[in-house]
Amino acid sequence: MVEPLLEVKNLTVHFPTDDGLVKAVDGLSFSLLPGETLGVVGESGSGKSVSFLTVMGLISRTQAQIEGEIIFQGRDLLTLPIDEMRTVRGEKISMIFQDPMTSLHPYYKVGFQIAEAVRVHQKVSKQEALQQAVEMLRRVGIPRPDERADQYPHEFSGGMRQRAMIAMALSLNPDLLIADEPTTALDVTVQAQILDLLDRLKQEFNASIVIVTHDLGVVAEHCDHIQVMYAGKIVEAGDRRDIYYQAHHPYTWGLLESIPRLNDTETKERLHPIQGLPPSLIFVPPGCAFHPRCPHVFDRCRTEVPELLPADGHHASRCHLSLADKERIFQEEVMARS
Amino acid sequence: MGRYLIRRTLFMILVLFIVSVITFIIFVKLPASDPARRAVGRSTSPENVEAARHAFGLDQPLYVQYGRFAKGLIPWPGLFLNEDVYYSYANFVPVKEEIFSRLPVTITLAVGAATLWLLIGIPIGIISAVRRGSIWDRAAMVFALIGVSAPVFWLAYLFLYVFWFKLGWAPPSGIPIGTSVGEAVFQGVFILPWIVLSMTFAAFYARMVRGNLIETMGEDYIRTARAKGLSEKRVIYRHGLRAALTPVVTMFGLDLAVLLGGAFITETVFNLPGVGQYAVRSIFANDFPSVMGVTLFGAFFIALANLVVDVAYAFLDPRVRYT
Amino acid sequence: MSVEVTERSQPEPTTERTPLVRIRGLRKLFPITRGILFQKRIGDVHAVDGVDLEIFKGETLGLVGETGCGKSTLARVVMRLYEASEGTIEFEGQDITHAKGADLRGLRRDMQMIFQDPFASLNPRKTVGSIIGTPYRLHKVVPRNTIKTEVQQLMELVGLNPEHYNRYPHEFSGGQRQRIGVARALALRPKLIVCDEPVSALDVSIQAQVLNLLGDLQEEFDLTYLFIAHDLSVVKHVSDRVAVMYLGKIVEMAVGQTLYRNPKHPYSGALLSAVPIPDPDLAAAKKRIILEGDVPSPIDPPSGCRFHPRCPNAQFPKCSEDEPKLLPHHPGQVAACHFPLEDRAIIETPAGG
Repeated sequence: MVEPLLEVKNLTVHFPTDDGLVKAVDGLSFSLLPGETLGVVGESGSGKSVSFLTVMGLISRTQAQIEGEIIFQGRDLLTLPIDEMRTVRGEKISMIFQDPMTSLHPYYKVGFQIAEAVRVHQKVSKQEALQQAVEMLRRVGIPRPDERADQYPHEFSGGMRQRAMIAMALSLNPDLLIADEPTTALDVTVQAQILDLLDRLKQEFNASIVIVTHDLGVVAEHCDHIQVMYAGKIVEAGDRRDIYYQAHHPYTWGLLESIPRLNDTETKERLHPIQGLPPSLIFVPPGCAFHPRCPHVFDRCRTEVPELLPADGHHASRCHLSLADKERIFQEEVMARS
Repeated sequence: MGRYLIRRTLFMILVLFIVSVITFIIFVKLPASDPARRAVGRSTSPENVEAARHAFGLDQPLYVQYGRFAKGLIPWPGLFLNEDVYYSYANFVPVKEEIFSRLPVTITLAVGAATLWLLIGIPIGIISAVRRGSIWDRAAMVFALIGVSAPVFWLAYLFLYVFWFKLGWAPPSGIPIGTSVGEAVFQGVFILPWIVLSMTFAAFYARMVRGNLIETMGEDYIRTARAKGLSEKRVIYRHGLRAALTPVVTMFGLDLAVLLGGAFITETVFNLPGVGQYAVRSIFANDFPSVMGVTLFGAFFIALANLVVDVAYAFLDPRVRYT
Repeated sequence: MSVEVTERSQPEPTTERTPLVRIRGLRKLFPITRGILFQKRIGDVHAVDGVDLEIFKGETLGLVGETGCGKSTLARVVMRLYEASEGTIEFEGQDITHAKGADLRGLRRDMQMIFQDPFASLNPRKTVGSIIGTPYRLHKVVPRNTIKTEVQQLMELVGLNPEHYNRYPHEFSGGQRQRIGVARALALRPKLIVCDEPVSALDVSIQAQVLNLLGDLQEEFDLTYLFIAHDLSVVKHVSDRVAVMYLGKIVEMAVGQTLYRNPKHPYSGALLSAVPIPDPDLAAAKKRIILEGDVPSPIDPPSGCRFHPRCPNAQFPKCSEDEPKLLPHHPGQVAACHFPLEDRAIIETPAGG
């Protein structure tokens, strides 16, 4: 058994607000193995971003009520003092964000910003750090990296900026890279470039990657293992083939049925959306949080919160339906429609 | 950038021209400011007044008169506030002399207050922003509210009353003739004026820094900086403050320029012989050339400061590029 | 209850009808100026650089492209939010290229727009009822005292609760706000609605709801849509025909499935191959065309075929000197390329297989 790189146990993150307690993450547990690419799928309000911001320590106990454990390379990050956490952040675990236009400081040159990351964690001179920065820009495929390092972010295009962010995140050879909606703000051809880049760099740097996204296509093409989140919990987790060819949760079914696909037979076909609206995180529906929108709901769903139970191997789902029912419904309804 | 500078300079000239025309028209229309009458005194024969009018060129067409005044705007030795036009009929002293002799006091007052308000206002703003919602923040904002609301003259008299009259800590206001500005500073004459003048600005700057910093700290690049593992101090100062202070620099340049034109109220209340006090006296004396001179003097500095500040912004924010 | 339709009727073949909108030789240039006092024009941004297009009544024409291709500018020129630099626009046979004043205002009743950002495109200080009611008030189509009833009917039609008439935009979710935008566009029963990325900012499960709504409304009110998006899968679902734009020009246009099965222009192929497929096996079977570099600036477009610097198929000197024209390929398809792609270049397995 390989030791997991990251193990999250029962993580809850609750934000106290004037309107009430926002239960952004509500009992999240999963493991990430070294060398794995994990896809975390969910819509806004699912808790996917908040969970990983908490892993990075960017959401702390001063802002939210945090319970649970985040075990990274044997240490519980939630118990680390601030200074120690800072040595982890940026060096062992890095993060890139959605909008590269606003994620880089507009007043400092790109090379400087990357070098700054290096100098925080390693004792090197300014020149050395800058050289490393230029080298990183080269490795992420930016032409003429020495010239580019001397430019400001607004002189880069969107795709290049995201590459620069990736360069910055990988400059210290982290063991884990978290990419929070890394391509949502980019054009689709640029998106393909960036995702390919991440795949390649993962090999070169021997890192694990987590891609947080709402795009089911992205995780199908780039992730080994996938988690679907809803209302702060994982509702389904499994390998790639499990999720797309044997999904076991009505929310996953709903997502798969509602997205427009390129390979559909007819154009202008009616889509099958999930009915209703995403739930309030303050007044989360009792029992299974998805039950108000679930076409297969029955009594037990309204009162009892389902556990995340494994079906086989890595495949687990949080739903009261029997395994037989899940398989049947998927075959008859979902596969037929999508 | 060169093109931009040329365009802005031309614009500055245009602005000063407009200011001078408006000022000129206002005072030409005011009957009480007839310089000829002032010069020859109250009771005199109409012939004397006419003679004076002719001597001053006041019987010439308006545009000719304006032309003579406008020459005084050009910042060239011999032309700037030239003596044959800018001559005070109240004191019989060239305006230029008056202004420049009073300038050291005004500069001392302005620079001292500016230093003080920066040293007070900016840190308060930072602490407020970083400890938002805390007791420090609330206290700071109360201070800001008072500072911004309290009229300068009220503050001035209050401070004089408390610190000079009652406690005797501060020296009496005013600079006796014969004392140099330097000596006056040592005697502590400027301390109360500095404090009073800086309070309003400090309050304003504290609020501005607080607002800017709070907004900046919510930006995405701050999250990136934290994600890199930078210390919170470095995040706040190097990343947050750097962006938040840029508009403050702009404001500061303008505020300082305005003060160099004379802090009217403060100088008057504390009896400091600066440009501001001179302006006030000239206005009450209806001394047209002096008022004109001080106005143009102030306008020149403010227009110049405007230009300097805009150019400085381009250096501070690399996204801004002027063509 | 909003209209529920399970099957859509397909519009008739395009050649037999007169177009609702006809665009010929459309160019929109934004000048770049430089100078001291008097700004001199030293160049232009070629946002739209020679477009011929027809939109037929009752159809949905999809317009696809990436940043800088000019699709949004084209839409705004059609809507007469900008004035064309060159070329003509005809609406129902009338030349509206330079319409002004009362004519232009009258046009507004026939053409409406739905915007991308449901947060930014609604005035936060006006109630929903006021926002949707504004077109009625401006154009005086119904007596004043009936406006509220009309608005509430409209709200119901788009799936909003008419009792929320007096609420403000911030009290609604993203998807609901987009519905408000749809209602506003629909108020005057326009003939043409330009949808500028109407679902890009919405969550996946809401996207499907709004797309269905747009489809239902098209049936009910005989609407014509110009649908702009960067997401090919979305465009495929709503469009009868699709046009692909690159750097201000249309590089390919096709009917129905054709573009997705047999893209001819390498850029269309690259777009298609870049779309992530939520199906691991199909995704693995997809042929990849990964483009190098970024979209060049529309200020100084490349010579010859604008795509040649990034084209994996480009052959010189033809592609850098000779600008290709739109030539027919499969029925209902035209593409501007000297060396077009083979059939089934991207998606191997035929659709549905």
